[in-house]
Amino acid sequence: MTSPSLFSGFLAILQRDLLLAWRRRGDAAMPVLYAMIVAILFPFALGPDHQLLARVSGGIVLVTVLLAMLLALDNLFRSDLEDGVLAQMVLAPQSLSFLMAARILAYWLVTACPLLIAGPILGYMLGLPAQAQPVLFLALVLSSALLALLGSMLAALTAGTRRSGMLLSLMLLPLIVPVVIFAAGAVSAVEQGLPWIAPLAWLSATLALTLVLAPVACATALRITLDA
Amino acid sequence: MSHFSTDARTLVEAHALAFSRRDEPILRPLDFHLEAGELSFVEGDNGSGKTTLLNILAGLLRPSSGEVRISGYPPGTDGARAETRLLGHQLGLKGDLSARENLRVSVGLYGCRKGMTADLCLTEVGLRGFEDEPVRSLSAGQKKRVALAALNLGNARLWLLDEPFANLDRTGIDLVNIMLDRHLQRGGAALVTTHGAVSFRQEEPRKLRLNL
Repeated sequence: MTSPSLFSGFLAILQRDLLLAWRRRGDAAMPVLYAMIVAILFPFALGPDHQLLARVSGGIVLVTVLLAMLLALDNLFRSDLEDGVLAQMVLAPQSLSFLMAARILAYWLVTACPLLIAGPILGYMLGLPAQAQPVLFLALVLSSALLALLGSMLAALTAGTRRSGMLLSLMLLPLIVPVVIFAAGAVSAVEQGLPWIAPLAWLSATLALTLVLAPVACATALRITLDA
Repeated sequence: MSHFSTDARTLVEAHALAFSRRDEPILRPLDFHLEAGELSFVEGDNGSGKTTLLNILAGLLRPSSGEVRISGYPPGTDGARAETRLLGHQLGLKGDLSARENLRVSVGLYGCRKGMTADLCLTEVGLRGFEDEPVRSLSAGQKKRVALAALNLGNARLWLLDEPFANLDRTGIDLVNIMLDRHLQRGGAALVTTHGAVSFRQEEPRKLRLNL
């Protein structure tokens, strides 16, 4: 008899999610398309003022990327709940937190990675100063990972309720505001030639903490969702 | 596998097990036990709590009162989950994945019985040639067969099957009976919900009636 090891479940879920995302490539392209459209509309709305655009470009890219990630968040556990796969995960002789970590990692890879490629291009398009580009990229990596972790926690809590999209966004707002403040702070600091490492270090510290706690919170939230 | 389960023959023990939702009784107090090699049908009308009972034993729901032990562990704990496998109304299959890919996920989550492979199990349930077909394009009965293959692939000793005969044709029903037979011979046990109307091949199995 071969019992499942700790990593076999993690790998099985990760592989499954990536395969599912590949089968539905069109859905995965949606957030990128959304972010591009929003970022492209800004210059039309604000007018062709290069200096103004350069000043706000970091913030625009950051917010559009994070908002685009929200599009896929509502569905993170919904389909698994409906076809009974979630119950199978909860009942499997595995650490549910570990399975959830795989689920969140897959969500980040599928949703955030294309946006991380698109983000710097959008920044360049809006005239972001060249010296701010690497800092913007770092801020995007950290804040997208934080959004994935915090968001999945709330998605797990609201998975059982109908039309949870609105509730999810409302609950996520206060959690994501500090992330945006620190990430945008780093970008504007580098634009003004100030040291930018401190806000990013704060983001990294929060990420380390959330990385440990979010999968556990997710697992607990899903158990409650299924018990109801 | 736990160390206790190999010598303990009793797989399920329930004492005064009851469940109510918002003060409305769904399951009246129930006493029963199930030993290795035993099969029990759970019978009852619609809404008599058959699915609820299986969900409690699997650890998805908490009983309102009474106690249950799955080979000595409370349901839902690590020791109990290693022994239990639930096949519910929702089959737990991804429509966009093929039968083979679905079984691969199942093996990752639940492990695999020695000498079993996904292809072998799919051939056994009569799905040879459909291994790479996306599950969404299969018929309801064929989906059920994929779920049965996943069940058969794992090594849980206690099977909790919710209406396993639904959607299946004659050969499918025979197939479930053969699978159950072999599972019992391996020292497993099964709790099967049904409306009746199913002929088990062996001697008359035990019945658990749930009508309120």
